[in-house]
Parts: sequence; C-alpha cells; structure tokens
Amino acid sequence: MRSNLILFLFLLSFFLFDCESQPHRQGQILYQNFCANCHMDDGSGLAGNIPPLAQSDYVSQNQGQLACIIRNGMEGQVVVNGKTYQNPMAGIPQLSEFEIANILNYINQAWENDYGYLPLKTVRENLERCKQ
Amino acid sequence: MAYEQIPDFTFIGQDSNLVTNATFSGKAYVADFFFTSCPTICPIMTRNMLKIYERFQDSTQLLLLSHTIDPKRDTVGRLHQYAHNLGVSSDKWFFVTGNKDDIYEIADDYFNVVIEDPTLPAGFDHSGRLVLVDPQKHIRAYCQGTDSVAVEKFMEDIETLLDEI
Repeated sequence: MRSNLILFLFLLSFFLFDCESQPHRQGQILYQNFCANCHMDDGSGLAGNIPPLAQSDYVSQNQGQLACIIRNGMEGQVVVNGKTYQNPMAGIPQLSEFEIANILNYINQAWENDYGYLPLKTVRENLERCKQ
Repeated sequence: MAYEQIPDFTFIGQDSNLVTNATFSGKAYVADFFFTSCPTICPIMTRNMLKIYERFQDSTQLLLLSHTIDPKRDTVGRLHQYAHNLGVSSDKWFFVTGNKDDIYEIADDYFNVVIEDPTLPAGFDHSGRLVLVDPQKHIRAYCQGTDSVAVEKFMEDIETLLDEI
C-alpha cells in the first residue's frame, strides 16, 4: 500500500514538475534549430541588427502576422521597441502549420513574455491570408 | 625558429578608410570572418565579438577586425550601417571588405576556412573562429566564436597578452 502511494507521488511529480516547466517542448527545440542563431537563445536578438523577440512590442501587437513571417520571411523596415531594424529575414518554408504554431506558442510564453496562446486553427487562418 | 606571421593586407573599412596591417601597428587585435546577411553562425559570433569589444572598450591596446566574406553584397555602406547599428566605434572595431580573393586567402592565414557553396541556404561555408593576433602579427590564441564558454577563456588569453605588451 505504502509503496503504491510512493509510486503514485512519483508519477504525479512528472505531471507537476515536468509539464509545468516545459509546456512547449517541441516549440523550444524548433526555436533553437531555426530561430536562435539570429534571435539568440534568450530572444534578445543582436544589438541594432536583429530585433528582439523577448519583451517585444512588435511580437505582442502583431500576433496575426507572425506565422507568415516565419514561413515567408520579412523585408524592409520594422520598428521594435522604438528601434528601427532593416536586415531582411529569410523565411523557413519547410515548417508545417503545426510546427509554426508550436514555435509561436513557445515564443509567446518564453523569457517572461505573456502574449497568450495561438490555437492551431488561428495559425492556419493566418497562414491562409499570406498565401494571397 | 621563425613563427608564421599574418601577411600584409589592404582592405576598406566601414568609413571608406583604408585598413591595413599598419592600422594595427603596436597593438593586439581579434579577427573574424562573417557576412551581414548570414543566417547561421555569424550573429552569435558577432554577439561574442561585441562582448569582447565591451570588456576591452577602454584598452587602447586591443582592436577588432571583422572581414566580410560576401563583398558582393556587403558594400562599405552596408558595413557602415551594420557597425553603426551595433553602436561600436569605428576606430576600435573595423569591418572590412575588399578583393574577394584577398579575403579568402588571408582567411587561411587566420586558420579560418571560407568556401563559397551555392547549395547552402546562405551561399557560404565558413569556420567561425575568433583569432587573437599580437603586435608582431603572430597568432597567440583562437576559439570557436559560437561557444560562449570558449570565448570566456579566450578573453582571459587576451588579458594575458595585453599584460605582456
């Protein structure tokens, strides 16, 4: 009986600690593989040349555009936290809708960002828009 | 025994100024190879170069030298903008372009490999070493520019060299 209880608590700890601390595991891995080279592990970007994703007004206010930016890249000027950036970003066309959603949901809660949750359905709709 | 030295060079800096071996006369410098539109290792290397810049900002004995390996796209204007965006001083950290063959050849002297490879997304294959050169143009230390632990150690090597000169 006692050993069952210990086993139960042990398994429970997986849910309590593992899931809590790693809610966006695939998104995090994809971020590290596809985004972190430029935007850095801590989302801070590169001074003046690559905009931050951590504590970024642009990310917070343009949730509907982000999926298309990941897929198709971005050119021209963009103002983030009052600073102008103009280096082009290459798109990552090989990522699926699901993977893009996972990356965005990782970014939305990483580094003390609190930008909400984007359901797959919303990401899919946003991606439809950039096809046109 | 004579040690290998970095051969003489002439490049153009971000202020359209000539940057030659004489620019580094009597000083130590850290050299690397990068390009501004690089989506792979360069931003992390540049961030680590920036760390070195900040730590040794007040030392008149240390300069930094970044060569573009993409002289076609990285014009002087573009390098100027890039350096300006980083907020670094153009008499401390030189961003240079020049004849492509000259850059690729001198990369070899700095233990860096640079190859144009159109099959790669960015078009180049290159190693991301940061290299420390002393006033006699001898290489005294190097590290992988993407490895922040190695870069920390490298900065200690810089301290050691600066104490010596």
